Order: sequence, then structure tokens, then C-alpha cells
Amino acid sequence: MIYLDNAATTIHKPPCVVRAVTEALTSLGNASRGAHEGALATNRLVYRTRRKLASFFGCPESEKVIFTCNSTEALNIAICGTLHEGDHVITTVLEHNSVLRPLYRMQNERGVSLGFVPADKQGCIDYADFERMIRPQTRAIVCTHASNLTGNMLDIRRIGRIAKEHKLLFIVDASQTAGAVPIDMVQMGISLLCFTGHKSMMGPQGTGGLCINGDIEIEPLKTGGSGVQSFLTEQPREYPTRLEAGTLNGHGIAGLSAAVDFISQTGIDVIRAHEQELARTFYRLITGIPDIHIYGDHTSDERSPIVALNIADLDSAIVADELAYSYGIATRAGAHCAPLMHKALGTQEQGAVRFSFGFYNTIGECEAAAEALRQIADRRVL
Amino acid sequence: MRKKEKRLITAFYTTHDAMAFEEFCHEHGVPGRLIPLPREISAGCGLAWSAPPEDEEGLKVLLQSAGIIPQELRMLEV
Repeated sequence: MIYLDNAATTIHKPPCVVRAVTEALTSLGNASRGAHEGALATNRLVYRTRRKLASFFGCPESEKVIFTCNSTEALNIAICGTLHEGDHVITTVLEHNSVLRPLYRMQNERGVSLGFVPADKQGCIDYADFERMIRPQTRAIVCTHASNLTGNMLDIRRIGRIAKEHKLLFIVDASQTAGAVPIDMVQMGISLLCFTGHKSMMGPQGTGGLCINGDIEIEPLKTGGSGVQSFLTEQPREYPTRLEAGTLNGHGIAGLSAAVDFISQTGIDVIRAHEQELARTFYRLITGIPDIHIYGDHTSDERSPIVALNIADLDSAIVADELAYSYGIATRAGAHCAPLMHKALGTQEQGAVRFSFGFYNTIGECEAAAEALRQIADRRVL
Repeated sequence: MRKKEKRLITAFYTTHDAMAFEEFCHEHGVPGRLIPLPREISAGCGLAWSAPPEDEEGLKVLLQSAGIIPQELRMLEV
């Protein structure tokens, strides 16, 4: 199989990640649930991984790196834990449902009002719209670092400056960029960074986190066992315990820790350069195919390694199935959990076939995928 | 059962602080180890740092150097 669905999850993990998880499965106790060596070993792993991630993302305090099971959980904590009755939030039409649904929930349950920065047919936004939409009740800007559909990246530093100037919380969904694009929360003005471990971080599924920059009060989404202050009737208020009820995914965190080491040792710039070359090569090879429609702004280098497209009016699901069944090429079709982005692109009905590249892909795989696409386009009727 | 002995016991606000202090002590060759939080300090659960009883002032300096505010520091027989 040629795997080109890395925006969904990276299927090839660095060998050190596999070793770390395997070793953890045979050695780890429960963090914060005892003082024997098994529990302490996990505590040490968790502590060191927090520090590693704090350094990796420029989060000033490592106790404010909260482990979650994915970006979605982190976004739910960030959004539902900070918004109050009557707040106004600015977001964009690029967002994934992991941002949109918690926001809609806040709209329904707490009367939070929402403003959406629109996008043009290429999925690009006008940054001045953020400022135009700010009202006295505006509490937060919530946006993605890169669209999971088009691959267009947003200028987070620029949006961060707007948020800082207007004293707004700035919540960033880094699902498509964490591990592949350098992120520094302080330099970029990010208040809350939500990331997943299993995509470009190349760690295990079931890992992710929320990084908090500064003194931000966040109400917990979950309450429960903490391993400390057992007779309190409420969740302890100290971070990270406040937001981490229940047993942590120690085995996954072991893999995530190894993944951060791998990225640091390989060089995030090396990883990014390789993935960009793959996406650019593929784009160049397919642009001449008749009736191909490629989405997103490919004139910019500020992109996630994603190429989303359609061939004429063919159903994206049928094209993706043909790629998988006849050519052994894994892509993703359909709506990509980004309904407003599809509306902006005009692809609600057709969806789009998304090719997303990862560190372990090769130029040869790009060429094979481009050739398969050309043959499908030539046959047209599948 | 082991015979009880006097120890300087430090309780922490978070497990994160406990782990940070353990790492700090190991890096600086400071004796001691993490133990379950004794009931004299709290009936809850959690970790505490158990250190030799001789140098309370030294322990306070260490905590300060590590940037950790202890929840409690007490001499106990454990």
C-alpha cells in the first residue's frame, strides 16, 4: 500500500516509537497511583514528557502541558472550559468539526455568539476580518493552524498579535501542524495550543495535549480520580491535575515522548522540507491532467503537505475507492469533517479526494500516485 | 516492619512538583526518596519526599532552588 492519508494519521511510526510503546506495555504502573517503582517510573516518564513538550512548543510552564487523548479532547477542554454566557467568539470557515461542534455546543448551551471569518474559492482568508469582527463581548479567537482539507496554513503569529492587542484568548488547533511546523506559543501569541500525537508528531493514537500559556482559568471537562487529595469533593484546582481526571495513557505517552525525541533529532526543518517537496512534486505532476480541479492556495510555501482535488464531476468516494482497490493507494474522500470549508469551496456534494504526505513517503510514491490519477482521469467512466 | 525513624517529610501541591523535586535532588546528589504521603500530613493519597532529618534549613534552600513551594514540611517518624 502507498499510504497518502497522513493528515488522518501517520501509519508509519519511527522505530523508536514502536520500541518505547512495547517496552512501556511490559513495565509501566499507574502514574500518581502509588509510590512503588512501577508507579514512579510512569510518573517520571510523564513528568519528563511534559517538560519535553513544553520545550517543543514554547510553553512557559511544563505543569501546564495537559495530556489528552487527542486534539478533539484538548479543544473541548479549551473551548468549553473558558467560555461563559454572553461571550462572543471569532473563528473561521476553515475549521474542523473538532472546533466547530464544541463552539456550536457553547452557542446552544451558554448563549455564546459566533463570528466566522470567510474564505474565498481558494480557501484563503482576509486577516482584517478578525479585527472587523471584534466586539466588546469578544472573548476568544479560535482557529486552525492549517486546514485539514486544503492544506492552507494561517499566519498564526499575525492572528496572535491581533488577539494580544485586544486582550483575547487565542486558541489554536494544531492538529495538522504539530510536529511538522515549528510552533512557539510565546512568540506566536498563542494562549491555548491543542495538538494530537498521532499525525505529524508520529506518535501513537490516543495521545495529544493542551498547552496553556499563562494564568488562564479552565474548568475541567472531566472530574474523577487524581491520585491526590482524595477527600476533596471537587477536582483539585492545581494544573495539570485539574484537567487530567482518570488514568493517563502512559503507554501512549511513552511513544509520544520517543516521537518528540525523533523529531528533535531528525530536525523539524528537515521533516518539513521533505514533506513540502513531496506535496510540491505531486502537485506539479498532476496539474496538467485534464479536468482536474485542485483546491487550496498552492502559490504559497506556507502549507501543510496536502493536495485535495476532484476530477471533473466524479464522486470523490469513487475516485478514492478506485485508487485504493486498483492501485493500492490510500487517500481520503468525502467531507473531511470540515463542512464550512466545503461550502466555501463549493464541494458539499462532491467532497474531495485528499492526498496527504508524511515523512516516510517517497518521491517514487508521489509519481505512482500521479500516474494512477492520470489513468483514472483518462478512463473517466469508472 | 521496618523500624520507624525520624525523617524530614515534604508534601507537595501536585505530583508534578514531587517529580520535579525528585529529579532536582537526583541531579544534585541529594539523598532521599519519594514515599506515599503519611497520614499525619493528609488522609488523602499522593507522594511525599522523605529526607534525612539533619538539615531542615538545607532542605528549604533546595526547595527554593528547585522553584517549588511545599504544601508542608515536617519532621515525622515514618
